[in-house]
Amino acid sequence: MTIDIPRSADAARVVPSLHPISFIDEAGQVTDASAPEGLRMPSADMLLKLYRRMVIARRFEAQVTALTRQGRLATYPSAAGQEACEIGAVSALKDTDWLFPTYRDSAALLTRGIPVPQILAAFRGDWHCGFDPHAHCTAPAATPLATQGLHAAGFGMAATLRGDDTATLTFMGDGATSEGDAHEAFNFAAVWQTPTVFFIQNNQYAISVPLREQTNATLLADKAIGYGMPGYCVDGNDVAAVYAVVTAAIDRARAGDGPTLIEGLTYRIEAHTNSDDPTRYRDGAEVDIWKRRDPIARLESYLRQAGALDNGSVEAIAADAEEFAAEVREAMSTEAERNPLEIFDHVYAHARPALAEQRALLAAELEEAS
Amino acid sequence: MTAQMTTSTQAGAGTPASAASGEATARPVSMTTALNTALRDALAADDSVVVYGEDVGRLGGVFRVTDGLREEFGAERVWDSPLAESGIIGTAVGMAMAGMRPVVEMQFDAFSYPAFEQIVSHVAKMRNRTRGQVELPIVIRIPCAGDIGGVEHHSDSSEAYWCATPGLTVVTPSNPADAYSMLREAIDSPDPIIFMEPKSRYWSKDTLTLPVQTASMYEAQVVREGSDVTLLSYGPTVRTALATAEAGAEEGVSIEVIDLRSLSPFDDATVAASVAKTSRAAVLHEAAQFCGYGAEVAARVTERCFTSLAAPVLRITGFDVPFPAPKLEEFYLPTPDRILDALDTWEWEL
Repeated sequence: MTIDIPRSADAARVVPSLHPISFIDEAGQVTDASAPEGLRMPSADMLLKLYRRMVIARRFEAQVTALTRQGRLATYPSAAGQEACEIGAVSALKDTDWLFPTYRDSAALLTRGIPVPQILAAFRGDWHCGFDPHAHCTAPAATPLATQGLHAAGFGMAATLRGDDTATLTFMGDGATSEGDAHEAFNFAAVWQTPTVFFIQNNQYAISVPLREQTNATLLADKAIGYGMPGYCVDGNDVAAVYAVVTAAIDRARAGDGPTLIEGLTYRIEAHTNSDDPTRYRDGAEVDIWKRRDPIARLESYLRQAGALDNGSVEAIAADAEEFAAEVREAMSTEAERNPLEIFDHVYAHARPALAEQRALLAAELEEAS
Repeated sequence: MTAQMTTSTQAGAGTPASAASGEATARPVSMTTALNTALRDALAADDSVVVYGEDVGRLGGVFRVTDGLREEFGAERVWDSPLAESGIIGTAVGMAMAGMRPVVEMQFDAFSYPAFEQIVSHVAKMRNRTRGQVELPIVIRIPCAGDIGGVEHHSDSSEAYWCATPGLTVVTPSNPADAYSMLREAIDSPDPIIFMEPKSRYWSKDTLTLPVQTASMYEAQVVREGSDVTLLSYGPTVRTALATAEAGAEEGVSIEVIDLRSLSPFDDATVAASVAKTSRAAVLHEAAQFCGYGAEVAARVTERCFTSLAAPVLRITGFDVPFPAPKLEEFYLPTPDRILDALDTWEWEL
């Protein structure tokens, strides 16, 4: 006697390929790896846009890391090396789709058009979130790991209930997949069929702990099958592949076909933050291997071969990046306006007399000091 | 004075503008019926209100507070979620960011702990983090406290955890009229509300008409006047306090009973006015004493009313042990006898 298993359709039981989806290899050549049906190489115009965004983001990461060393920022988690994941994925969104980022996703926030001082407010120590989430359809960058996955699922559920076509994209790291909230987010999204794309930036380390001590799964994308949603593993340093896979997943989400789990294989070239010492847990040879897989160099090589880039345009984009870095320096050279009394002002909508008393106490201290 | 009389005097100050539950005559109403009616009226009044949690759909909740709502409003408004409390709260955060007003259930106090991070790190902090640009109008309903003969993990009192977290508003009704009125007010609030429902009072009935509007959930209420001591109670212990006052009157002790209703914020003004009159204050709760809610009450009443006080503020609480097994809980819970004994032996010479 057999037992029927009347659960989700076989169509959702996608077993991720052990060959990451890739269009452009590390030498800038078009790969012969077979991509899932329906995935197409982005247009040259789109690739040029992605190239430009990545060059500027890379320069941004270097500039902000330098400013942090100079003491301008309290801390900074660089995503240098991970630009293809962040920019490729976010570029697949409509402006009205919502992004639920982590603290390491400044390149994603730049791509959403959030002004630099607002992105860096949290790291400079001005306020916990420097931008208006509604203005940019972007949630505050989450520090507690994987918690934002549930926010993305819930936001997607609201869109489904209202019948609008908003999709949600959320990032998490490889380490975050060990958190209970990652499991709950994958499960809620799949059960409720929310229009949500989970993008795991597998940068190989959770601060110092390597992936092999984080999971026994062959691929993090393999986890998808347990939740009844499709999972894909993509070369996270190939922005063409990332953009194509996320675009397809967002299309699925918007069509009401539920969530997708995507693992992007990438590498955190810099330290976890400026206060980290990566020489304690990884060797330079490994970093060198990943530098050869650089997402920007390979795309540049591909676009040059395709005739879409030449020395002149590469230099022009580099000059724009330099100009942007100067703007970042300028923006960070002046202190933000800070009102200490503001710490009382947004905790509750409903006014509390006891909190007003504490506010008055601080106001009196400030008055006395001035 | 009984709880019934108290609530009926608070009722009738006006009715919520939008209520589908309109009834002509007063009838006996349990707290579960009052809560159920409040949810029904809120769902009818506002399309952005949704209700979900474990077993709240087909079953109507393990305490039947959501009974019939799924049938009436459909599975798109009222549904059973996967069994994961962090998931329930985390998705409520996302839904509220998208403009919904989720009312979610934690089933039992102790089952809310998996959601602790979502509640203290996101629900409590999102408004402040975003300078008021993102509000989270979420109501987290938590059946709370003991006295129901529950097995382990079914009788906890978690209020001190929530009250210790800036950004959370924590309220608890003690009677059916407040249950209706305060839940409607909580659902309408732009702030996230921890709404603690005393399990042992779910089935207590008062005679009233729904809908009913009582005092604002932020206000403490003097529910019995007295002159010798102010007994501060909330949720399940209000009934205990009123029974104590009744027994105390026979022994010649005049006890003023306050139902705090809002645990965070704390209604300092109402409490201070009472203590100014009685010169003595005792706080009563089921939860253990050490670092319990009563510690905060004792501290702030002492700070604010020191010159009125003829004795230190007394805490009459559960013991500093894990909540006992069902056949031992009667020895743990404060009873009128224990409270009167505590007041009797509370000698203090200035």
